[in-house]
Amino acid sequence: MKTQTYVLNMGPQHPSTHGVFRIILELDGEVVVKATSVPGYLHRGIEKLAEARTYTQVIPYTDRMDYLASMLMNWGYVAAVEKLMGVEVPERAEYIRVIVGELSRIASHLVAVGTYSVDIGGFTGFLYCFRDRERVLDLLEMVSGSRMTFSYFRIGGVADDLPPEFFPPLQKFLKDLPSLCDEYDGLITGNEIFQARTKYVGIITPEMGIKYSLSGPVLRGSGIPYDLRKVRPYGVYDRFDFEVPVGKNGDCFDRFVCRIKEIRQSARIIQQAIEGLPEGPIMAKVPKVIKPPAGEAYAEIESSKGILGCYVVSDGSTKPYRVHFRRPSFINLGYLDELLVGWKIADVIAILGSLDIVLGEVDC
Amino acid sequence: MGENIFTGIAESLRAFLYGAGVPPLASELIVLIVKLLAVIIFVSLNVVWLVYMERKIAAYIQCRIGPNRVGPKGLLQTVADVVKLLAKEIIIPRRVDKVVYLAAPILVFVPPMLAFAVIPWGDGMAPIDLNIGVFYILAVGSLSTIIFWMGGWSSNNKYSLVGGMRVVAQMVSYELPLVLSLLGVIMLTGTLSITEIVNAQRGTWFIFAQPLAFLIYFIAGVSEVNRVPFDLVEGESEIIAGPYTEYSGMAYAMYMLAEYGNMMVISCMCTIMFLGGWLAPFGWTFLPSWFWFFIKVYLMIFIFMWIRWTYPRIRVDQLLGFGWKVLVPLSLANIFVTGVGMYIYRAIGW
Repeated sequence: MKTQTYVLNMGPQHPSTHGVFRIILELDGEVVVKATSVPGYLHRGIEKLAEARTYTQVIPYTDRMDYLASMLMNWGYVAAVEKLMGVEVPERAEYIRVIVGELSRIASHLVAVGTYSVDIGGFTGFLYCFRDRERVLDLLEMVSGSRMTFSYFRIGGVADDLPPEFFPPLQKFLKDLPSLCDEYDGLITGNEIFQARTKYVGIITPEMGIKYSLSGPVLRGSGIPYDLRKVRPYGVYDRFDFEVPVGKNGDCFDRFVCRIKEIRQSARIIQQAIEGLPEGPIMAKVPKVIKPPAGEAYAEIESSKGILGCYVVSDGSTKPYRVHFRRPSFINLGYLDELLVGWKIADVIAILGSLDIVLGEVDC
Repeated sequence: MGENIFTGIAESLRAFLYGAGVPPLASELIVLIVKLLAVIIFVSLNVVWLVYMERKIAAYIQCRIGPNRVGPKGLLQTVADVVKLLAKEIIIPRRVDKVVYLAAPILVFVPPMLAFAVIPWGDGMAPIDLNIGVFYILAVGSLSTIIFWMGGWSSNNKYSLVGGMRVVAQMVSYELPLVLSLLGVIMLTGTLSITEIVNAQRGTWFIFAQPLAFLIYFIAGVSEVNRVPFDLVEGESEIIAGPYTEYSGMAYAMYMLAEYGNMMVISCMCTIMFLGGWLAPFGWTFLPSWFWFFIKVYLMIFIFMWIRWTYPRIRVDQLLGFGWKVLVPLSLANIFVTGVGMYIYRAIGW
């Protein structure tokens, strides 16, 4: 019998591509023969826009990259500018950054876990995660006045001190979080069908993970404990006691489980940060008009999706000469085309979801 | 109490027609038409209510409140939705097979409606008491496959086509355990008449005599109505909406409402074949028989919804593997065990 393959254009409008992402699939029945991913539908030229803004004005643009973990995006950028200027960030500001950054990571991972549940077909897990993410957003709203695009970080510190009413609900949330994670494990992770759908699907071997310079839970799912907070601590991360959860097989299930475990570890970090929160200023002494000396700097932080790098070039004026971001989702996506071959349509969604991309960050 | 409301109405209608001098054949025909119309109207309204029920149950499972704005407790929400969908344009894309494309959403309601004609809603309340009722329901039930396939094929959309292919693969492989699981009950009763099967359960319900058959029937039934975890046909996170992708407005809603109609049929069949139909449990006859029937049917529907909002979706190869490698052998084993058991029982002389 003569058979032939056909092309299925998945996206940019598709319920499960997590935004305007397009994959051109060549299919043999339901099996993928060839996949071509086409990002770029959400490109806004943030890097170019930054060249016409002052250093401080760039911060709100970074919010709009990974809008699920805006705090971490802020952090990546200000860390690079601070490195360029040689600014020493006050200790209290560093601790506050850790607290809001980890909260942002929790919020981002909750979305990842919830949407992954929808990708596999269970809608209820999604709403459980969003119910709890709401509490994180409420906390971050108290800090920054905004629920998604925080713009809370400043070059040399943070915009405002933590309000006193922030701590009681945070403590309560941290207390609840382990049981909430147990709930996700019971509802999503422990489900037989979920495991049948995700185990041994989309396996990334450690070698391929390194070869494609993957990072974040996508790499750690393959068993490589590479977390910048641990291997190359920035800020005050060397003072906290936490573990780097890793997977074993490098399949979708391991990547998913890694995220839930990271939520638990983030809670531990926040708890330690609150206890060790020192008194003092929240802003370093930086001039009103920020004018870094001519030169360049590259700083990296561990965002919720992986390693976020920011490269800033200054020509000595008030505006950056060039800003470039190493976006973790974008780099992780590079392996997708190869990873999809041989899997079924349903697995395409499972694999794409397990990479946890955010299109704002991919297309920048 | 209330036992004879519906049969009473039919009787008085018949008496009225007799009194008015209508010939017996015509009066029987009129009574039959009235009965069937009543069932059709009831089923259509019930489907609307089931959508509301599903949304409320989903909401409570997901820590939400659900529809609560239109009408008391949101009861009119689905009515408002249907009115909205009726007002919407049914978009016909270029290059679709127009006749088939438009016929499919109308025809999709036919198989459940046909099945309802023989369902006994209470003691002596079957619109038509067919002596091969079970066979008839199974036969019309498999018609749905063709109609979903019509929608999927005529849409001229690849997602629809993939969905259509999944319909055929899924329904063909799950029709088999569905039918085979009922065979155990039919062997025990020796009849295909629904009324006789229900009456045979006066001693014990068949869920206790045939627990495995019930389980197989239920799983295959979930697959038959394309609900989670077997909703690959729709699979909204993979293939948008499967065969319904190109449909809009009321044409789309017809598919959705038909799904509830089919779910109702499967629940009715579960009730009739395994849960004693209209028979009251523990001799609690203080409630009328039709009321018991509805309690059981809604219990089954609730379980359908419960599963839908708890489980994720299975993959297509796992679905077919489960059907052919687990359900079919199990249902054959069930038939074998039932046969041997019956032989031994007869040999003992019970």
